[in-house]
Amino acid sequence: MTITKQQEGNALTIGIEGRLDTLTAPDLEKEITALGPDVQKLTLDFAKLDYISSAGLRVLLMSQKKMAKQGSMRLINVGKMPREALEVTGFIDILTVE
Amino acid sequence: MLKTLEVPAQSEKLPEVQAFVQEQLKAIFQCPEDILWKTELAIEEIFVNVAHYAYPNKDGLVSISVGYDDSARDDALIIFKDHGTPYDPMKKTDPNLKLSANDRPIGGLGIFLTKKMMDNVAYKFEDNANILTLTKKIKQ
Repeated sequence: MTITKQQEGNALTIGIEGRLDTLTAPDLEKEITALGPDVQKLTLDFAKLDYISSAGLRVLLMSQKKMAKQGSMRLINVGKMPREALEVTGFIDILTVE
Repeated sequence: MLKTLEVPAQSEKLPEVQAFVQEQLKAIFQCPEDILWKTELAIEEIFVNVAHYAYPNKDGLVSISVGYDDSARDDALIIFKDHGTPYDPMKKTDPNLKLSANDRPIGGLGIFLTKKMMDNVAYKFEDNANILTLTKKIKQ
């Protein structure tokens, strides 16, 4: 998994490439945990995300809970596999997916 | 016909397990892409569960068998077997999908995802071993 970040003012976009699974999700969790209160608009770009498991979904929910307190979070460019995982778990209804 | 891989029950072995299962599925069945990733997801959830909980404070092995039964050649079988703490994952209650993001607990989705991705998941404890059999129909 490769993480790229792009910040403009209080908006941060994190691009996630590859696999968000048991072995890689802790890396994303560290990034999210380290976000300061200045980040008010978080965008997770899934354009290059091939695969997500429950370990990745866990980090998404954690991130949603954090961002709800200091701003907002949205997912963009969600492909077929991640989308189905979000649908099956009901995450598609509780996260902002564009 | 079943092919078996035995590895230490450790999360780091996940890529090796995934590679083995994918290779076998492709070799034995004409496996469509969506069945490959659905199986991949189920394998991760179950294998990681075993790695975390089967052998608390000691080392142990888990075997993963892939193949089919002669009575149902279009059903892929993936069988996990370990000699750790008896644990029936099918007894775990499903998450409440109607809760808001704030009220949803973090975690606890692995077994649920596995059940959703597979056509059948069956547990038995036999000869001192946890045996979990995942079934996925290759031809719907």
